[in-house]
Amino acid sequence: MSAFLTQYAFLIIPIIKIAILVFIVLTVDAYLTWIERKVIAHIQARWGPHRVGPHGLLQPLADGVKFIFKEDPLPAHVDKVAYFLAPFITLMLALTSLAVIPFGPQQFTVFGYRTGIGIAEVNISLMVLFAITALAVYGVALAGWASNSKYSLLGGLRSSAQMISYELALTLSVVGVLLIAGSFSLREIIVKQTNPHLGFLGWNFFGFSSETVGFTQIIGFLCFYIAAIAETNRVPFDLPEAESELVAGFHTEYASMKFAMFFIAEYTSMITISCLATILFFGGWLSPFPTTPFWHFTYYLPSVILIPLGLWVIFDGMRYETVFGRIVLPGVGSVMVAIGAALIVFPVVNDNIQGVFWFLAKVFTFLFIYVWMRGTLPRFRYDQLMSFGWKFLLPVSIANVILTSAVILWRMH
Amino acid sequence: MSAALVIFFALAALAVIGAISLILQREPIHSALSLIVVMVALAGLFLLMGAEFVAAVQIIVYGGAIMVLFVFVIMLLNAGEEERTNFSKLASYAGIPFALVVTGFIAAAIVHSSSALPAAMPKGTLTDTRTLSTLLFSDFVYPFELTSFLILVAILGAIVLAQREN
Amino acid sequence: MVPTNYYLILSAILFGLGIIAFVFKRNIIAIFMAIELMLNAVNLAFVAFSQSLGKVDGEVFVLFVIVVAAAEAAVGLGIIIMTARTRRTLNVERADLLKL
Repeated sequence: MSAFLTQYAFLIIPIIKIAILVFIVLTVDAYLTWIERKVIAHIQARWGPHRVGPHGLLQPLADGVKFIFKEDPLPAHVDKVAYFLAPFITLMLALTSLAVIPFGPQQFTVFGYRTGIGIAEVNISLMVLFAITALAVYGVALAGWASNSKYSLLGGLRSSAQMISYELALTLSVVGVLLIAGSFSLREIIVKQTNPHLGFLGWNFFGFSSETVGFTQIIGFLCFYIAAIAETNRVPFDLPEAESELVAGFHTEYASMKFAMFFIAEYTSMITISCLATILFFGGWLSPFPTTPFWHFTYYLPSVILIPLGLWVIFDGMRYETVFGRIVLPGVGSVMVAIGAALIVFPVVNDNIQGVFWFLAKVFTFLFIYVWMRGTLPRFRYDQLMSFGWKFLLPVSIANVILTSAVILWRMH
Repeated sequence: MSAALVIFFALAALAVIGAISLILQREPIHSALSLIVVMVALAGLFLLMGAEFVAAVQIIVYGGAIMVLFVFVIMLLNAGEEERTNFSKLASYAGIPFALVVTGFIAAAIVHSSSALPAAMPKGTLTDTRTLSTLLFSDFVYPFELTSFLILVAILGAIVLAQREN
Repeated sequence: MVPTNYYLILSAILFGLGIIAFVFKRNIIAIFMAIELMLNAVNLAFVAFSQSLGKVDGEVFVLFVIVVAAAEAAVGLGIIIMTARTRRTLNVERADLLKL
C-alpha cells in the first residue's frame, strides 16, 4: 500500500489538493455573492438579503438550489457545438488558473513527493496565468456567436474586443515586477519582495526590497488593477453585460446551469485577479510587519482578530430574531473563538498559519475593493472604454516598463 | 510504456484529430475551434519537450491572439457553411492519395536518416528562459529588430486594408 | 523519454494534413487556417530538433515563426475582408474572373 502510494504520489496528492481547492473556491464564490449583495446594499442604504438565513447567510444556498431546479432551455437555431462549449471553456479556464497560485510559503515532502501549498509549482506560473487570460476571450466570443441573437452577438463582440484590448495593458503592466524579480515563477516573485527590517516597504508596491534591486510599482499596480477589472468584465467596465443596456449581453440566451457556469467563472476570475494582485504587488503571503525576532509578537494577530470577532458573533446571535439564528450564529462564533484560542495554545500551528492568513487577508481586501467599486462607480460608455484602454493605459504601461528598467539599470551601477 | 510516452501519444492523437476535424468540418467556425485544439495540443507537446517558454508563447500569441483574429473575421463576415461545388473530379480522386504519398515520403526520409542525428533521444531538461533570452538578444538581435519592423508594417497594412472607402 | 523521430513523424503528418486542407477546402478562411496548421507543424519540428541537439537556437527561431505568422495573419485577413466585401463570397472557386 505504501509502495503504491509512493509510486503514484505525483498523481494522487495533486488530485486530493485539487478536490480540496475546488471545494473551498466554490464555497468562497458562493459567499462572495453574499458579501457583494450585502456590501452594495449597505452602500445604497438598505439591507441586503436578510431573510433566508441569519443575516441572509443561506442566500447563496437558495440561489444554488434555484439554479439546479430551473428549466434549462435550448433555444432554436443555435450553433450547438459553440453553445455548449462556451460556458464550459469559461468555467474550465477560470478554475484552472487557480492551479498555479501559491497560497503559502511552506514546502513539504509527502510520500517522497515534494510539494507546496498550491497545486502546481511551475517555473512559468505567471505565463500560464496570461495564457489562460488570453484563452478566456473564446468563451465570451463563442457565447455571443452561438446564441443566434442580436443582443448576444453585439454583447459578445464588444466584450471580447474589450478583453483583448486590456489584455495588452495587463501583461505589460506586470513586466516591471518581472524585471525586479528576474523570474516568471510566482513563488520567486514573492520571495524577492521580502525585507526583514522594513516589512511592508519591501513589497513591490513600495519597492524597498532587501533581496533585489527594486523600484516602486505604483503605476504598474494601478495599470494592472484597472486592466484586470476590464478583463473580468466588472464595473466600471461591464457595459457588455449590463442589464440596462444590452439585456444581459453575451449570456442573454443562457439560463440556469449554463448561466451559473458563467457566473461562477466570473467570480472565480475575480478571486484569481485578487490573488495575482496580492502576489505581484503586495507581497503575497508576506506579513506587513518586519520579521526580526523583536516583532514576533505580531504572530498573535490572527488570534487577536478571531477571538473578539467570534465573541461579537456569539453576542449578536444570542439576540437574533429567529430560533435558527439563535442556534447557528453562536455556534459559528464559538468555533471562531475556539480556533483563535487554539492558535495561541499551539505556537507550531500559529507559525505555519501566518503566511496563509496574510494571503487571505490581502485577497479579501482586494475582493472588497472590487465590490466597493461596483457599488460606487458608474459604468464607462463603450467608446470611452476602448479609447481609455488603447490611448491611456497601454502607453502608461509601456512608460512604466521603460521607467522601471531605467531605474534598475541606474541603481545596479 | 513510460508516462512521457503515454502523454506524447495522447497529445499527438489530439493534434491529429484536430487537424482531421479542420478538414472535415463544414462551418469555418468549427474549423477554427479544431485548429485551436491543435495549437493547445502542440503547446502541450512543447511542454513535454521542455520548451516551457515557447509553449506559453504559443498559447498566448497563436491561440490567444491570431486565432481570436480568425474567429473575429469569421464572425464579421458571417461565414456560413461551405458550398458543395464540384469543379474538378481529378482533384478529389487523385489529390488525397497524392498528399498521403508526400507525407509518407517525408516520414520515410526522417526515419531513414535518423542515424544522422547526433542525439536521437531528447535530454528531457527544461530550457531556461534566461538562456533563450540571452541568445535572442545577443546572436539574434538583428532578426529581432527586423521582426519588430515587420510587425509595424503589418499593423499599418492591416489598418489601411480594413478601412472602408470614404 | 520520447525519441525525436516520433515528434518529426507527427510534424510530417500534420504538415501533410495541412496540405490536404489547403488543396481541398473552398472557403478562403479555411485555406488560411491550413497555412497556420502547416506553420505549426514546422514549429514542432524546430523545437524537436532544438531539444535533441541541445541548442536553444531552434526555440528562438520558433518565436520568429510565430511573430511572422501573426503579421501574415493580420495582413492576410485584411485582404480577405476587402475581397469578401467586393466579391460578396468567400468561395475561392468563384474568384475566376481571369479564367479563359
